[in-house]
Amino acid sequence: MLKVARVAAVVVTRYSKRLFILGILLLNNLCHAAILPEDRADALYHSYEGGGVEITGPSILVRKQIGDSFSVGGNYYVDSVTSASIDVVTTASPYTEERTENSISLDYLRDKVTMSMAYANSEENDFHARSLHLSVSQEVFGGMTTVSLGYSRGWDEVGKRGDAAFSKDVDRHHYRLGLSQVLTKDLIMEVAAETITDEGFLNNPYRRVRYLTSATTFDYQDEVYPNTRTSNAVAVRGKYYLPYRAALHGEYRWFNDTWGITAQNVEIGYTHPFKDKWTFDFKVRAYQQNEADFYSDLFPFQSAQNFLARDKELSSFSSITIGAGVSYEFANGGWGFIDKGSINFSIDHIEFEYDNFRNVLAGGTPGAEPLYTLEADVVQFFISLWY
Amino acid sequence: MRKLSVIVCLAFALIISGCSNIEPWVKPYERDRLADPIMSFNRDPVSSSYLHHVYQAREAARGAEGGQGGGCGCN
Repeated sequence: MLKVARVAAVVVTRYSKRLFILGILLLNNLCHAAILPEDRADALYHSYEGGGVEITGPSILVRKQIGDSFSVGGNYYVDSVTSASIDVVTTASPYTEERTENSISLDYLRDKVTMSMAYANSEENDFHARSLHLSVSQEVFGGMTTVSLGYSRGWDEVGKRGDAAFSKDVDRHHYRLGLSQVLTKDLIMEVAAETITDEGFLNNPYRRVRYLTSATTFDYQDEVYPNTRTSNAVAVRGKYYLPYRAALHGEYRWFNDTWGITAQNVEIGYTHPFKDKWTFDFKVRAYQQNEADFYSDLFPFQSAQNFLARDKELSSFSSITIGAGVSYEFANGGWGFIDKGSINFSIDHIEFEYDNFRNVLAGGTPGAEPLYTLEADVVQFFISLWY
Repeated sequence: MRKLSVIVCLAFALIISGCSNIEPWVKPYERDRLADPIMSFNRDPVSSSYLHHVYQAREAARGAEGGQGGGCGCN
C-alpha cells in the first residue's frame, strides 16, 4: 500500500506552476505593451483553507527597469502544504510538504514592440519543473490595438516518494495569441487564445481509482492516464469605465481538451475607489466542467478500461466564487526613494459541488454515497511599493 | 467548396481594403479613463497570478488566463 498519498490536484497543481510563474512574469508584461513594467515590489502572504487542505506561504515579486529599454524581474514563491484531503484520507495518510518556485524575467522594449523572456524553476521533494517563456507584442493602429504572440516550453521530472527508482518525464508546449482593442474611451476588450500540448507521464503516481469487488465492497488500484493531452482555451474580457470613477469588468472563457473535458467560466466584477486612497473590489465567478472520458467514481471491476481516473479535478463539477478586496494607498507624495505604496487585503470564498465524485468517508452502498462538496477560503494580504 | 473559398477571399479583401481607411477613433488624449489603474486587467500581478494558480490547481481548464492582450495605448 502506498505510504503517502497526494492531495487532490497534484498533477494539475504541478502543471499550473509554470502557468502561475508565467502569469506573474510574462503575461503581465503583455498587458502593458509598448511600455516596460512598473518598478515595483510586492510582498504577498497567501492562504488557502478548505476540504482538509491548508496551503500558505509568501510570494515576493520585484521588478526594476534598467536604462530606457530593459526591465528585469524576479519572483520567489512558496507553498507550504498540510493535507488531509478526502483523497489522502481515503487511500493513505495526511502529509505536509513544501514547494518553492523561483523565476527571472527580462523585457526589452523597442519602439512599440515588447519582447519578453522568462525562466522558471519549481522544486519539491518528488517533482521538478523547469520552463522557458518567450513572447512578443506590438501596438498597432494608433495604439488602439495590441497583438501578442507567446510560446512556452516546459520540462518536468516526476518522482515518487518511497521509490527512488521512479522517474518520469513530461514535455509541454504552450502557444498563445492575444489581441486587445480599445473600443471607446470608456471600454477596452481583449481576446486570448492558448493551445497547450503535454506528452509524458501525466497522471499522479499517488492517485488511485476504486472498483467494485462485490455489490457491497470495493477496492483501489492505481490510476492510468493517456500520455498525451492537448487543450484549447479562448477567453474574452472587457473592462468598462462607468460615468463616475469606478469600473466594471467581465470575462468569459471556453475550454476543451482531448480528454473529453469541456469547461466554461464567467466572471463579473466591480471596482470602486473611495476618497483617493481607498479602492474596493467585488466579484462573482462561476465555473463548470464535464468529466474526462476515462473518469469514473466507481469502476465496475478491476482494470475495467485502458485509462482510469478518479481525480475529482477530472470529474463533472461546478463552483462559485464570491470575492471582495480592499486596498489603501500611502506615501502618495513620495517617501525617500519610494514613490508610493499600498496595503491590500482580499478574501475569496469558493464552493465546489461535484456531480459524480462521491464522499466515500460517509459510508453506505458503493456508488450510492452522498456527493462530495467542498468550501474553501482564499485569503491574500500584500504590501506593494513603487519606486 | 470552391464557391465558398471565393466568397471568403472576397470578404477578406474587402475587410483589408476597408481597414486601410479606418482611422483610430479614440485619440490618445481621450484615453485618460483607460489609463486609470482601475481599468487595468491585471492591476496587482502578484495577486491575480496567485488566484489563477488557486483555480488551475482545482480545475481541469487551463490557458488564456488573462493579461495576454494589450494596453490602452495611453503612453
